[in-house]
Amino acid sequence: MNWKTMTAAMGLALLATTGLARADGELNIYNWGNYTSPDVIKKFEAKYNVKVTITDYDSNDTALAKVRQGGTGFDIAVPSQTYVPIWIKEGLVQETDPGKMENFKNVAPEWANPDFDPGRKYSVPWALGTVGVVVNTDAYKGPADSWGIIFNTPDELKGKTNVVPEMNDVIFAAIKYVGGQQCTDDKTVLKKVRDTLVAAKPNWIAMEYNTIEKMGAGDFKATSDWNGSALRQRLANPAIHYNYPKEGYGLWSDNVVVLKEAKNVENAKLFQNFIMDPENAAGLSAFHRYANAITGSDKYMPADMKDAPEVVIPEAAKAQGEFQKMCAPEIQDIYTKIWTELQK
Amino acid sequence: MATAEEVAKAAERRDVRDRWLLSAPALLVIFLAATGPLLIVLIYSFLTPGPYGDVKWQFSPDAWLSVFMERDIFDDTLSLAAAHVTIFWRSIKLAVVTTIATLTLGFPTAYFMATRSEKTRDLWLFLITIPFWTNLLIRTFAVLQIIRNEGIINTILIKLGIVSTPVQILYTDTAILIGMAYVYLPLMVLPIYASMEKLDFRLVEAGYDLYATRFKVLRKIIFPLVKPGVIAGSILVFIPALGAYVTPSVLGGGKNMMLSNLIELQFGQGRNWPLGSALSITVMIIVMVALLAYVRNAGKSGVRHG
Repeated sequence: MNWKTMTAAMGLALLATTGLARADGELNIYNWGNYTSPDVIKKFEAKYNVKVTITDYDSNDTALAKVRQGGTGFDIAVPSQTYVPIWIKEGLVQETDPGKMENFKNVAPEWANPDFDPGRKYSVPWALGTVGVVVNTDAYKGPADSWGIIFNTPDELKGKTNVVPEMNDVIFAAIKYVGGQQCTDDKTVLKKVRDTLVAAKPNWIAMEYNTIEKMGAGDFKATSDWNGSALRQRLANPAIHYNYPKEGYGLWSDNVVVLKEAKNVENAKLFQNFIMDPENAAGLSAFHRYANAITGSDKYMPADMKDAPEVVIPEAAKAQGEFQKMCAPEIQDIYTKIWTELQK
Repeated sequence: MATAEEVAKAAERRDVRDRWLLSAPALLVIFLAATGPLLIVLIYSFLTPGPYGDVKWQFSPDAWLSVFMERDIFDDTLSLAAAHVTIFWRSIKLAVVTTIATLTLGFPTAYFMATRSEKTRDLWLFLITIPFWTNLLIRTFAVLQIIRNEGIINTILIKLGIVSTPVQILYTDTAILIGMAYVYLPLMVLPIYASMEKLDFRLVEAGYDLYATRFKVLRKIIFPLVKPGVIAGSILVFIPALGAYVTPSVLGGGKNMMLSNLIELQFGQGRNWPLGSALSITVMIIVMVALLAYVRNAGKSGVRHG
């Protein structure tokens, strides 16, 4: 090998390594709508000289169906914990081993080794939340820490209560309300669930997602909802309170995974590492208004979130929280039938 | 030696062949674009649902069975799928009522437009088409702003002292009907106007000269002559109204499913793509049957009047 080829080869090798380290290029993120902080993205773009494109989806099922068809061009997706095992099982994501990344030390211990992704081989926590009951205390002053607000609506709230039509969340809540276990195949429990739902429905005004605006405008006086949404409602109207139902409430988390078909794997890994940094995690929270799993992020959190009851679960309510799981297809089938019966 | 006749025949054959060849690309596109996706839907409706959405390539008639029959989840008996029938019926009823409402409002509107002077007609036509400039969703939200509890109607009613608490219009069937009638009205007005414009109003005058009452003129002269427009308008309104998704969800509050919601459920949280496909095809069949019945009926009575 003469020295000319040598230098050329070395030059190429050098280019290749710097290319990896600087990761110039693109990153295509596929995430829930209105969920990704533009500021944090700008910071990431500036730091790594990467152009980020964000595409929205509106449900776990949409995202799963689309990615399964392939050829999407996305590098990153953010499925909920119930769906992460499916993405892994169907071979849609790649093992990026976030557990060994530099910033992983910041992940809170209770989130470092979750059931849905043991050892965090695929996913990085994006946001955490709960599903509870929101009540406008101008309309109803009684105790509201119960699913009874939804399933046995007090007179003051009759015809003013909304239910967010997320099938799995609603049936989870109804099972808790009648005293069952999630994903149960106990027919007597499921029958009680159906009867409870069907009997409760005439007291509801609507089954809508658009709660932030409607609670704010007073069209709804109570609703089932996610905690981040409840926080936004309280900031608009201080009379609106979020409650953790004593019968048990659902916990969820959304997690960043890298797709198997990703073209910009290195950038995607950089992104996974980037959002485990406390300051960046706090930046994400400041936008989507949910908690994150990164220790040390509290000091960067916006003031109105630091001890917001929607974000920081009160000690007394901690024990009732339970992670929602993905039920077996047969059970899911029964859920769908109950749901159709409810909305017929 | 070929006779002149044979030459002519050969030329004709060549002509026919050339025509087919020339139109082949267009036919292929029409065939693929129109029937290709439908064929996939049809095939999917005979497959087994995958555990988390999608389908397994395994024949199963279950989807079609469960369109109208259901196995009770609690006592395992097979019975009529009451929930599905209720939802189908609700959608059909809404589509029919919407068609009638738009016809009732659209017919006089079209008559009014057609009887203006030629210059102003264009202006009216222009006004009718304005709503099409905005997206359906935005128009629906505009209706929501008008009828909601803090909306224009309720504010005026309260200010005038007619009611003390807001009238709940939003999230009722009335709200859905108001929205649907508003959204689909232009689709009814335009075809009726098109045939009304061609109407020879001398016939109307002749009718009056022969001592026909106003109602008789309308029934015996105007209506039969603009019937093609009425039929076209009704079809244009009925079909999209049957599959309406946005308007019932936004104004009805999503408590009661429409056909479109039921189908969406199967492709989303329900994870039963074959059932979703079977339901979609069922809707197509309903539309086809309704159209055939309507057109045949209309055709028959048209002959009688003619």
